Amino acid sequence: MTGADVLLLGLGAVAVGAGVLVVGTRHLVRAGLYLVVCLGALAGMYLVLTAELVAWVQVLIYVGAVVVLLLFAVMLTRAPIGPSDDLDRPGWPAALIGGGAGLGLAAVLVDAYRWTAVELPAAGTAERLGDQIFRSWVLPFEVLSVLLLAALVGAIVLSRPEIGRPATDRNPARRVADAEGGRSR
Amino acid sequence: MRPVIPYVTAALLFGLGVYGVLRRRNAVLVLMAVELMLNAVNLILVTADTTVRAQLPHGGQVFALFVIVLAAAEIGVGLAIVLQLYRLRATVAVDEVPLAERSPASAAATSTGAAAAGGTEGAR
Repeated sequence: MTGADVLLLGLGAVAVGAGVLVVGTRHLVRAGLYLVVCLGALAGMYLVLTAELVAWVQVLIYVGAVVVLLLFAVMLTRAPIGPSDDLDRPGWPAALIGGGAGLGLAAVLVDAYRWTAVELPAAGTAERLGDQIFRSWVLPFEVLSVLLLAALVGAIVLSRPEIGRPATDRNPARRVADAEGGRSR
Repeated sequence: MRPVIPYVTAALLFGLGVYGVLRRRNAVLVLMAVELMLNAVNLILVTADTTVRAQLPHGGQVFALFVIVLAAAEIGVGLAIVLQLYRLRATVAVDEVPLAERSPASAAATSTGAAAAGGTEGAR
């Protein structure tokens, strides 16, 4: 057991514990905050595993953007203060499949790696990773930029207010009246 | 460094994500569980990057970055769908969403007994 092992064990325990709370808590907003703890612990594990840039991108995009978006969605849909009782379905099939998947994968990986030790490589800097991205992986990188554009356009189209209205309902005066009715409510 | 520690952590996180997706009724919580699964995969990729000597160095980390970008795109579109669903049906419970168009009469019938009808719809 080296120092890296102890760190990985501790951060992994924090990540799994926070993950249990994310899928188990009865408070909607707290699930998002436990998700922050889980993703932060994972970023720490990336740091120990010498993936420095991935760790900071994880903090920036996941903790910074994705969780904020999720909390916005929680607030915009329904955000009761205190526990809510209608968050879960009956649990045993989910527990069976989820536990089977998790423990089965864990058993396979334990069987594959046992307790072997691996020498950690030198810390990977952003320079070396950027070199790889823009030399070997530049085409997937560009394709991803197109995908982000498509997701942007798709989110805008999905958020248009006309979706779901009957076709006769689409004259502007009616829409304004509806919007004002919604606001006064 | 023992690679089995991060690998087992990732496997357990993936199992928790599967459990959350199947267990939760609230669509936003389902999306959170999906994020757990994506992060488990990222942890596998990063760990494999440090333990396996590959032809191209840092392929696993590059893939992890790509998965993070995909997750950001997924969460954007997913939350747009969830908010639209909430605007149309005033609920984000995934088992109350009808999978097919219904006639207005049956829609009215199910809105009176939403919980019971949701159960029978799911059984059908």
